Amino acid sequence: MKNKNSSLWSDAIYRLTRNKAAMIGGGILVALIISALLAPWIAPYSYSYQDLDLGASPPSAEHLLGTDILGRDLLSRILYGARVSLLVGFVATGVALVIGVSWGIIAGFFGGRVDSIMMRIVDILYGLPFIIFVILLMVIFGSNLWLLFGAIGAVEWLTMSRIVRGQVIGLKNQEFVLAAKAMGVSNFSMFKRHLLPNILGPIAVYATLTIPQVMLLESFLSFLGLGIQPPMSSWGTLIKDGVESMEEFGWLLIYPGLTFTITLFALNFFGDGLRDALDPKTTDN
Amino acid sequence: MLAIFIKRVFMAVPVLLAVATMTFFLIKLAPGGPFDAEKAVSPQVLKNLNAVYNLDASQWEQYTDYMTGVVQGDFGPSFKYPGRSVTEMIASGLPITFELAMYAILIALVIGVLSGVLAALKRNTMLDFIPMAIAMIGICVPTFLMGPLLVLIFGIQLELLPVAGWGQLAGDKILPSITLGFAYAAYIARLSRGGMLEVLNQDFIRTARAKGLTERMVVMKHAMQGGLIPVVSFLGPAIAGLLAGSFVVETIFQIPGLGRFYVEAALNRDYTMILGTTIFFSAMIVFFNLISDLASLWLNPRSRDV
Repeated sequence: MKNKNSSLWSDAIYRLTRNKAAMIGGGILVALIISALLAPWIAPYSYSYQDLDLGASPPSAEHLLGTDILGRDLLSRILYGARVSLLVGFVATGVALVIGVSWGIIAGFFGGRVDSIMMRIVDILYGLPFIIFVILLMVIFGSNLWLLFGAIGAVEWLTMSRIVRGQVIGLKNQEFVLAAKAMGVSNFSMFKRHLLPNILGPIAVYATLTIPQVMLLESFLSFLGLGIQPPMSSWGTLIKDGVESMEEFGWLLIYPGLTFTITLFALNFFGDGLRDALDPKTTDN
Repeated sequence: MLAIFIKRVFMAVPVLLAVATMTFFLIKLAPGGPFDAEKAVSPQVLKNLNAVYNLDASQWEQYTDYMTGVVQGDFGPSFKYPGRSVTEMIASGLPITFELAMYAILIALVIGVLSGVLAALKRNTMLDFIPMAIAMIGICVPTFLMGPLLVLIFGIQLELLPVAGWGQLAGDKILPSITLGFAYAAYIARLSRGGMLEVLNQDFIRTARAKGLTERMVVMKHAMQGGLIPVVSFLGPAIAGLLAGSFVVETIFQIPGLGRFYVEAALNRDYTMILGTTIFFSAMIVFFNLISDLASLWLNPRSRDV
C-alpha cells in the first residue's frame, strides 16, 4: 500500500518537474509566498508610510515602482497586499475544500436517498447567482475579512463536492473498502484512512485551480468597494486605486495589475501541470 | 423531452420562492433602519414614514404584502431615491444591460467558436498555439483590469473611442462590449476546441469522411453539432458571470444599466433596491439555466429519450 502510494506520487513529481510551464509557475508562486511572508522585513517602507513631499511619483531609485497619490511606496503596498490576497486565496479555498470534500464523501459513500438529496441541493445551488449572495452578505454584515473568507468559500465548494463524490463512488466497491467494511471499520476512519488518501490527487488539482478563482472573486469585490476596506489593501483595492488615477499616473495601475495577472498565470499553469502529472489521461482541453 | 421540460419548470418555482424568502429575511437582519440618516428625524415623521413604507406591519404581513407585489411585478419603493420605485429602476436599467450582454455574448461566440474550431482542426500548428495563448490571457486578465487597460490604450492614448456612456457618442458601445465579451471568448474558444477534438476522433466522423463528404460538410454538419455541446451548456451559467461582469463594466464605463444600479444600491445600502434586484437577477439566471439545459438536451441525441 505504502509502496504503491509513493510510486504514484513520485511518478507524478517526475512528470511535474519535466513540465516547464508548471515549474516556472510553481517557482513564481514560491517566490511570491516567501516575499509575502517576509513583507515586514523586505519591504522598503511600511505600507502606510507617506512621503508627503513626493505625492504621486513615477518609479525612481528610492521608490522602485513609484509612489501613489498619498506618497506611499507602491512596491511596499504590493508586497503587503500580497499577504491579504494570498491569505484570502488559501483560506477561502480551505473553507471550500472542507465543505466540498465532506459533502462529496458523505454523498458518494452513503449513496441512495442521501446522495440524491445532497446532490440535488448542489444542482439547485449551482443555478443561483452566488456572487450576488456574497455581495448581499457583505452589505448586511459589513465587510469583515473572516466573513469574506467564509462567504467566498461557501460559494466555491460545489464543484469540489461533485468531483469528490464521483471519485468515492468509483472507490467504494473496490476490495479494500469492502474488506475494511467487513472488518467493522467505523465510517469516520473509513473516510480518513481509506477514502481520503486515495482521492488526494484530484482534490489537490482542483484546489490549486480554485485558488485563482477565489482571488479573482476577492479582487472583484474589492474593486467594487465591497471587499477589503482601507487602510488594509489587497491587490484588488490597489487596482481600484490605480484605475481611479490611471490617466495621469499609469504606473499605479500597471504594476499591481501585472503582479496580479502573473500570479493568476502561475497558479493556472501550476494547476494544469499538476492535473496532467497526476492524471495523464485528462490532458489538455 | 416535454416531461423533462415540465419537471424543470416546476423545480424552478420553489427554488425562486426560497431565494426570495431567504433574501427578504436576510435583509431584515441588516443593522439600522432605512431612515437612520445623519439628521435625526422626529418621532412623528418616522412613524409616518414607517406607515408609508409599510414598515409598521408585522414581519409576516410585510413579507406576504411584498411577495404579492413581486408576483404582480411590483418590487416596492426605493429607500434611497424617494419617489422612484424599484420596478422603475429595473425597467430603465434592464434594456441597457441586456443590450450590453447580448453584444458581449455575440462577440464571445463568434470569436470563441471560430478560433476554437480552427484550433482543433489545425491542432499543434500556429493556428492552434496563438489563439490558445491569447485565450489564456483572456482567462487570466480579469475584466476589471482589461477594461481600464482598453480605456487607457484606445480611449486615452490613441483617442479612437469614447470611454464612457452608452448610446450618447458614436462608438461608445464598442469598448464595454469587448471588455465584457473577451473573457467569454477565451472560455468558449477553449471549450469548443476541447469539444471538437473529442468529437473529431469518433467513429461517425470517420464514417462521414469515408462516404466521401467534403471536409467542410464533415466539420459543419457532423462535428460541430456534437463538438459545441459544451459551449451550449456553458452559456447558461455564463449568464450569471455576465451579470457579475456587467457590475464591473458598467461601473468602469459609467453605463446607467442594472449592474451599476445594483452596485450603487449595495454601496448606499438601499435595501429595497438590493432585495428587488436580487430576486430579479435570480429569476433571470434560473430562467437562462433552464433554457441552456434544454438546448443541450435537444442537441445531444443520446439524452433525448431519457
